[in-house]
Amino acid sequence: MADKHQMSVSVWRGAAAGSFQSFDVTMEENQTVLDVVAWIQQHADPTLSYRYACRVGMCGSCAMMVNGTPRWTCRTHVKKVLVDGHMEIAPLRNLPVIKDLATDMDPFFDKWVAAEGLHHPTQTRHDPIEAIDPASAARVEVNAGIECINCSVCYAACDTVAGNPDYLGPAALQRAWSVYNDSKDAGRQAILDAVSGVGGCHNCHSQGSCAVHCPNELNPMNAIAGLKRETARNFFRRRAR
Amino acid sequence: MTFRLYMVQRISALIMAPLVLMHIAVMIYAIQGGLSAAEILGRTQGSVLWFLFYGTFVVAVSIHAAIGLRTVLSEWAGLRGTALNAAAWAVLSLLLILGMQAVYGVTAT
Amino acid sequence: MIRGYRTHTLWVAFLLHRISGMALALFLPLHFWVLSYALTAPETLDGLLRWTDLGIVKFAEFGLVFLLSVHMFGGLRLMALEWLPWTSGQKTAAASAVAASTLVAGVFFLRAI
Repeated sequence: MADKHQMSVSVWRGAAAGSFQSFDVTMEENQTVLDVVAWIQQHADPTLSYRYACRVGMCGSCAMMVNGTPRWTCRTHVKKVLVDGHMEIAPLRNLPVIKDLATDMDPFFDKWVAAEGLHHPTQTRHDPIEAIDPASAARVEVNAGIECINCSVCYAACDTVAGNPDYLGPAALQRAWSVYNDSKDAGRQAILDAVSGVGGCHNCHSQGSCAVHCPNELNPMNAIAGLKRETARNFFRRRAR
Repeated sequence: MTFRLYMVQRISALIMAPLVLMHIAVMIYAIQGGLSAAEILGRTQGSVLWFLFYGTFVVAVSIHAAIGLRTVLSEWAGLRGTALNAAAWAVLSLLLILGMQAVYGVTAT
Repeated sequence: MIRGYRTHTLWVAFLLHRISGMALALFLPLHFWVLSYALTAPETLDGLLRWTDLGIVKFAEFGLVFLLSVHMFGGLRLMALEWLPWTSGQKTAAASAVAASTLVAGVFFLRAI
């Protein structure tokens, strides 16, 4: 058998109050951070709490802070993040910690709903299907954000979320923008109102951490800029009347 | 930051952009051969145009800075509610009063 | 403060914009106060202006002009990002803002010394 190296892994234990606990884990040839967390729970400490589901980079459940960066742990190779044989794993930032590496996703989803990113129908099932040109500018805008799987990595990466507990955050606002660009939607003013409140899109400072860290390579910063553009245009249009 | 504060912040910024460029240009010109009170006053004293220019500048920057600092105090110092708004008004008042004093000082006869 | 992921270009641009804004906001009351002597006590103003002959003060002024320029150009970049149709190349725009500000402040400094 080949000589196996060990790495030291610091894992957050506890809730809001707690500490990092160190584990020595054997390095394998191909190993993801999720593999490491699973190994620790299965072989070293069964009381470790963490979340995962698909383990193939589709569901976003395994998102955690790895060396201070929010990532999908199932898609993060250990070799990419290990620093001098050491790595630190913590629960996602900006969310309440339930236990160890599992966060309470409620605030994230509450804000998703609060941003009014839902469809407001204009027709019923008895009406003919409306033809949408996939090449139209609005549809292209929608496509840019449609792959969001609500993993909360952007929410964890955003410093404005960290500094402002009311801020709806990049994911929720991106979804609002996607729905806003749906030409079939009847509630566009409602969306603009929802994103213009105290926690609205105007808090965004365009730092771009959301776009830099999104594992699906989406760009919430762009979507939020779109919302700002539309709310400003709306503002001037109303003034002109 | 509410939508209205955002719009006021952006609009005051647009008003100030040409004023800033003009101000920097004047400064580059004015500092040649050193600065003196007489030289400044020779340009600005009794001038309605400079009064309007710097008066506008002071009003715009007082509003812009107050809103900007309000955001920083909220995000980095955790100020909220009454304390936050009181601080913003204080910044606005301080800059407006000191600023208009300065404008008056260099343009009054 | 969590380390690790902040050091990307647009985040640095954000920090520069915030720090320059704060610095300018702190400088302004001093600036206004000095100038207000023009009417009531021009000799005092002259005395205070003598400080601007010092090399270190000229360098500080260069810093202030740089901060004002970078805050303005950075702010205009943000407004273009927000209100004009989307263009990529935001990092280039941010870098250009810094470059333009260095140029402006540099011209000021060369005139000052």
